[in-house]
Formats: sequence, structure tokens, C-alpha cells
Amino acid sequence: MLYREAGQFKTSYRADQALFPIRQDQIGIILILLVAFVVVPLTASPFMIDSFLTPILIYSLAAIGLNLLTGYTGLLSLGTGAFMGVGAYGCYKLTTFFPGISIIVLIIGSGFLAAAAGIVFGLPSLRIKGFYLTVATLAAQFFLSWCYIRVPWLYNYNVSASIEVPERLVFGIPITGPTATVTTRYLVVLAIVTVMTWAASNLIRGRIGRAWMAIRDMDIAAELIGIKPYQTKLLAFAVSSFYCGVAGAMLVFLYLGNAESESFSINQSFLVLFMIIIGGLGSLLGSFFGATLIYGLPIVMRMTKESFGIGVTSATLEQINFITLGTLIILFLIAEPSGLARLWQIGKQKLRVWPFPY
Amino acid sequence: MRAPSGPDVAVGEVLLSVENVSLSFGGVKAVSDVSFDIRKGEIRAIIGPNGAGKTSMLNIINGFYHPQQGRITFKGMTRAKMRPYEAAYGGIARTFQNVALFRGMTALDNIMAGRSLKMHRGFFWQLLRHGPALEEEVEHRRRVEEIIDFLKIQEIRRTPVGRLPYGLQKRVELGRALAMEPDLLLLDEPMAGMNLEEKEDMSRFILDVNDHYGTTIALIEHDMGVVMDLSDRVVVLDHGVKIADGTPAQVKSDQAVIDAYLGVAH
Amino acid sequence: MHMLYMIFVDPFVQMGSAPDLFAQTLWEGLVAGVLYALIALGFVLIFKASGVFNFAQGIMVVFAALTLVGLYEHGVPAFLALALTVGVMLLLAIAIERLVLRPLVNQPEIILFMATFGLTYILIGSGELIFGGDPKVMISDKLLLPSGAYQIKMLGGFVQMQKIDIAAAIIASAMVVGLGIFFQKTRIGRALRAVADSHRAALSVGISLEYIWVVVWFAAGVVALATGIMWGARSNVSFALEIIALKALPVLILGGFTSIPGAIIGGVIIGVGEKIGEFYWGPLFGSGIEDWFAYVIALIFLLFRPQGLFGERIIERI
Repeated sequence: MLYREAGQFKTSYRADQALFPIRQDQIGIILILLVAFVVVPLTASPFMIDSFLTPILIYSLAAIGLNLLTGYTGLLSLGTGAFMGVGAYGCYKLTTFFPGISIIVLIIGSGFLAAAAGIVFGLPSLRIKGFYLTVATLAAQFFLSWCYIRVPWLYNYNVSASIEVPERLVFGIPITGPTATVTTRYLVVLAIVTVMTWAASNLIRGRIGRAWMAIRDMDIAAELIGIKPYQTKLLAFAVSSFYCGVAGAMLVFLYLGNAESESFSINQSFLVLFMIIIGGLGSLLGSFFGATLIYGLPIVMRMTKESFGIGVTSATLEQINFITLGTLIILFLIAEPSGLARLWQIGKQKLRVWPFPY
Repeated sequence: MRAPSGPDVAVGEVLLSVENVSLSFGGVKAVSDVSFDIRKGEIRAIIGPNGAGKTSMLNIINGFYHPQQGRITFKGMTRAKMRPYEAAYGGIARTFQNVALFRGMTALDNIMAGRSLKMHRGFFWQLLRHGPALEEEVEHRRRVEEIIDFLKIQEIRRTPVGRLPYGLQKRVELGRALAMEPDLLLLDEPMAGMNLEEKEDMSRFILDVNDHYGTTIALIEHDMGVVMDLSDRVVVLDHGVKIADGTPAQVKSDQAVIDAYLGVAH
Repeated sequence: MHMLYMIFVDPFVQMGSAPDLFAQTLWEGLVAGVLYALIALGFVLIFKASGVFNFAQGIMVVFAALTLVGLYEHGVPAFLALALTVGVMLLLAIAIERLVLRPLVNQPEIILFMATFGLTYILIGSGELIFGGDPKVMISDKLLLPSGAYQIKMLGGFVQMQKIDIAAAIIASAMVVGLGIFFQKTRIGRALRAVADSHRAALSVGISLEYIWVVVWFAAGVVALATGIMWGARSNVSFALEIIALKALPVLILGGFTSIPGAIIGGVIIGVGEKIGEFYWGPLFGSGIEDWFAYVIALIFLLFRPQGLFGERIIERI
């Protein structure tokens, strides 16, 4: 009863194909954006913003990136961490070479660097399929991880082999570096993620999204109806890497403040993959759900431990986290392979007819 | 709703000709020295017992298999090897024996996917969507809705095709092929697994496509009644070799065909 | 110009000028390759019989070794600990079959593949939780495995062969031959081959899939244990092993997913290639190219032969 769409008729194809065709959804999204952009900065605690919201937004973007490649195009990649690293280290080098250019531009620019890397490592995909392709992405992961340690030029020959984020201002306000406030960084991340999510949803709903899904579902048939498989797959690698690269750059410049090779290891790749498996493959909304759950879980566990005074070491907590993650993955694959996004849809379905069961 | 690419062929002229085509997989000869032609505007049936090489023949025309010998001439242009998407761009569309729909997508999206080769708005317009990309999308949606009306599948537009019954899936697949506005439509056993009523519907659709849109059709079919009613001319294959070629009446009374395939006329 | 010389000429000059060093490197590579091959063997076993690509094979190696050493540290005598560990691997196989494989029986392969990611994380977490995260020393002497090395005088110098390495090579060969015989000659082996070909057909002749799967995952677990012992004997048991174990993936690419001889040959090629690459070309790039060299070898291979050395060419039919 709450979520009825009966009576909402569309009188044009344009209206039918809108992002939020249902009135309730339209109101919902405006409310969410209002809360995110206005209410949160004014009311939420800096701890909440900095520990939860900012990183979850960043990881959601990385999850969207991987989802475009794996969920929509069906190319399973274990190289996400490495491509986030290309964005991060790329942005670092860009700030070294172009200290005068706005950091926002450079963050977007590092996305392009990551996209280029994605294309290079995606080239083998033209001939290789399935598991073989996944192993090829592992090659990218291990090679790039090695580069982040063994190519000192990347971290400006810093003795500690890590990168320190320099302070950068936009319109006179510090955005990066130790003087940037929690709220400022949150808003910049929120803005970038909002725009890029909107762009991704545009791609998905149009011919490119359909081409990707066609390749995923049956690439032979896709080719026979005129979709060019090589170009489509390469585009998926490029766009996916772009998103992961921007996420990586934001992770370092707008959140962590510094980074080293370990931040972009294969563990990171698995983490993002788990986010989209649990959140929902082939769902942008699911990417957000998955990021929230996977990133939020260890934090919640730690907070529970501290507030209840349970005497376990943080190492133990991490191990429990690993076990929980693995179990969640298997559970979701068994019970709801379409992830949290599907559960959300079912929930909305129930809302349509509530309080009646059918 | 016809937008042929390449030189135009007049009705009645040869649209596609297969010349001395042979295809083997490893040691197995699927097609041996087969030649026939398809005239523009006709409905051509390809029949024969199982394993005769009929699907292989379609796959060759499609560019999916490359024959070791022989050549294909389509719309006056001969080509040795062709990638499947080149066939698509050239104006050839097809359906499959085992329904090759995109299971993760709705019926509407599947048919819209068929418009892919007609959609040109580039990547950055797609990112923006509002503006030229949306205009293009809406225009093609209009065309696709015409096909949906034609095939009477309005109710199932938003249903993921994996959930549709077999008969409707075949209809959606036909819709996707039609969305390509092909000059030549290849149908691989369009009636397989259908009951009588569904067969009548599909026959009517095939005839309408041929009449209304002028699309040339080549179809593989086992149901002899359908073949007799629908087709203008018939090619008969057996063990990869052509054993007859002519009108349905001629083929039906051909002794070689009766021996190999039809059995005693009943 | 100098760079070209350093890449294309100098390494070979070095090889020629100290042939005993080259032989040493070759031997090291061979040994590593044999161990990679054992891990790959575990993959192949499981893939052949259940169609599952078991990403967790590497962590099973670590887990098995940890269990063995952990039991010993708690006072269990060595050979009893060994027997108990075998029992643990059996329990693990049963648990995996019941809790993971059975519920996912009709799902596409990619789902099962992703489930093994979950399995990997569970094993990493519980392994570290139960046994602790510090590197451990393998109880090789208690298991009567040899130590020390042979110094062989050859090629103008010395080549040192660790006795444990020789033992590893022998044991690995024995396992391969044993498994080969098992598959070909025994009834269970035949059933495994049937299941690998077609689940449905196997079911219809009365082969119990659940039983087969437990057998095969148990066998893979035993292979993992053997690998863990060998590897742990050469360099301590720690979770770093899991990353090394991932190198079995390039081995599988070369050797194919379903071929036992392919796993061996692939393993040797990767092991030798990697060691030689690291030793002679590594200094040019900065060390540690072992991290990714195996993958690059496999990648280059894939570009020319997408189905690997021994894999079957899949002819797609529609």
C-alpha cells in the first residue's frame, strides 16, 4: 500500500526510461541526497563520518567499478586492488608533476591513468575467457603490487617506500593533507561518487550497458547481433579501471593521507569482490550495500568489543572477521546469489502489497 | 522498416548464393560441396534428417563457421571469411535452435539489444544520456515497440526472459532478430518444441514478416506441413550433401528425398 | 645498447661462465616446480571429479601443515599427529561436501568458484585462530625425513642438493604414479572418471556423487598435506605459503585443468622458468620478480594457445 505504483502511467518512452520512474523512488532519492549533502555534515559526528561514511563511499565506487566489469560484463577480475593502486600512485605522481593544477582534476586524471592500465591488462581478454582471464588479472595484481615496492620513482624515492599526501586547496579550502577537515573531505568524496554513480547508471541503461550484459550472458549471440566483443570488453576494462582508479586516488588523498603497496594488495581485490558478491552482481545499489556491510562489519565488531569490554586481541578479531566474511560469501551464494540488492527488491515487493501477504 | 546496407538487390534476384561449400570438423565432414541460392523476398526452407548439416549451413552463412572450401556471395559481394558481427552489419540475422537469448535481461532489453548496430551515439553521450543519447534511445524504443506490438508480447516486456515459457522465448528471439532490420533472416527450427497453436502463431508471424517487411527468410524446419505451407522453395540436405532443390511440391515427390527423409508419402 | 646487451646477451654469458651455478639454479627450479605441480595436482583432482575450481587448494596446504605441527606442539607424537591430520582432512572434505557442494550442486561453475574464495577466507581465519599466526618449523626430522645435503662435484664446481628436496621429488613422483594407477585401475577411480565426464550420466548408473566428492576432496586434502610437509620442511610453515601456492594457477594454465601429466610438466616449466628468470634477469629489474614472473609466462603462453598445453580445444556449438 505504501509503495503502490498503480495509477502512475507513463505517457512517453522518455518517462518510462527515466532513472526513477516511480514517484516514491523520486521522492526517496531527493530525500537521500538532501540527507547526505546537508543533514549529515551538520549533525553527524566526525567519527561517524570519517570512520564509516567517507570510506564506505569510496569503496562503493570501487565496487561499482568492479561490478561493471564482473557483474555486468561477466569478466571476473582479481586485480581491483592493483588498479586502485594505479589511481593512487598515479595521482601522487601527477601532484608531483603538476603542483599548480586542481587536485580534483588530478584525481579524475588518475582515473584515466588507471583506465589505460586496464586496457593494457585487458588486451589478453580478447582471446582468453573464464578462469584463464581471472588468472590473467592476477598477473596484473602481482606485477603492479611488485611495482609499488620496487619502482622507487613511484613514491618519489621516499625512504619508507610509502606516499605522503601533500596539502592541496580548492577555492582556498584545504581538501587534502593534514589540515583538511573531515567534513570537507566527506563532501568532496560524496560529490564525486554521486556524479560517477549517476554516469554509471546512464551507461548501464543505454546501449553500452546492454552490450556488456549481452557479452556476459552469451557472447556468441552478442556477436551475431552486431555487438563487437573485443571493443565491448576493452571498454568494460577501461571504464571499470577508471572507477577503481578514482576510488584508489580518493582513498589515499581524501581518506588515508598516506599509503604503501600493502594497501593495494590481493586482499583488497578480494574485499571488493566480496562486496559485489554479497551486495549483488549487476546492481549499482548492491555495490553500496556490499561496501557498507563488508567495510562496516569489522568496525562494528571492534566497537562491540570495546563497548562490552570483551577481552580479545585485535588479531583475533581480524581472524574472526576473515571467518565471518568467508561464511557470509558461502551463505549468500547458497541462499541469495543475487545478493542484498535482490533482498532489497523483495523487500520493496512486500511493501507494495503490505499489509496483505500477496 | 527496411534499411538495407550495401548494394540493393531487386525482388526475385539472387540475394545469397552458396557455391561448392564444404566444411569439416576434425575428421567429420559436416557439409560437402553444397550449392544453392536464395532469392530476395522468398521463403526458403532447408530440410533434412538430423545431422544433415542444416545448422552448420546456417552457421556458415552467419560467419560463425568458416568453410574449408567454397564461397558465399551476399548482395553481390563475395567473401571468404566473415566475422559474425560483419554478417550482422551486412544484414543477416538469425534465431537459434536452443534459444540464444540474454537470460539476465528483460524481453524489452533483449530486443533493444538487437538495435545495437543501429545505435551510434558515442561513449561520452552515453555517459551523459540526456541529450542525443536519450533521443536515440527513445527513437529506437519506438521501433522496438512496433515489433512488440507485431509479435503481441506487450505484457512480458519487463519480464526477465529466463522466466518466460519456451514459446514466448522464441517469439522474443524472433523480435530481437527483426530489430536488426535484416535483409536475410535465418530461422533455425523456429517451431521446435511448440504445440499446434503456437506453431500456427509462429507461422503467421513468419508469413507476416515476409509479406509486410519483405524480409527474405531461410528456415530450417522438420514439420513438413509447415514447410509445405510456408516456403516458396526447398533445399534438402542429407549427410552434408544436397539431394534435392525445388518447389515444395517437386521436393515432396522426389524419390531421393522420400528414401532419405520423408519415407512413404502419407 | 648496453641495455639490450644486458637483457639478451649477458645472462647467457653468465650461465656459460659458471655452469655449476646454472645447474644449481636449474635444480632449485625443478624442486620448486615439483611442489607447484603437487598443488596443481590437488586442483586437477577436484576439477576432474566435481567441476569445481578449488581456489582454496593453496590454503588447504597451509592448513594441513599447520594442523600437523600444531598437534605435535600440543604433545601428540609425530606419527600419531600425522594420522590425526589425515583424519582432519577427511572431516574437512565431508564438511565441504555437505555444507558447500551439496547446496550449490546445480549452480554455474562461476558460483562454485566464488564459493571457494569464501572457503579460502574461512580456512585462513580459522587456521590463524586455532594455531596462531607465527611461522612454525616443520617436524621433518620427527617424520623421518632426511636433512642435510649432497655436494655433487660437477661442471667445474659444486651443485648442492638438499636431501629433503630429493625426497620431495621422489614422494611427488610416487604420488603421481599412485594416483594415475588409482584412476585407471580401481573401481573408485573409474567412477571418478565417469563423474568427471558427466554428472548426470554417472548418477544414472548409480554412482553416488556425494561419496565421490568426499573421496576426491579428501584425496586432494592428502595431497595438500604431503605438499605442506615438503614445503614446510624447506622453508617454515606460514601463511606466506598461501600466496606462493597461488602460483599453481599459472601451472594449471600451462598444463590444463584436467591433466595430471600436464600439472607435472607445467609445474616444472614454471618452477624452472621462474628460478632462472629471477636469478639471471632479476637483478636487472630489481629483485623479487618471482612474484609475478610465473604469471607472465602463463600469460604469454595463453596468448598463443588459449587452451594451455594439454587442455582440450573447446569447440563452441550453438
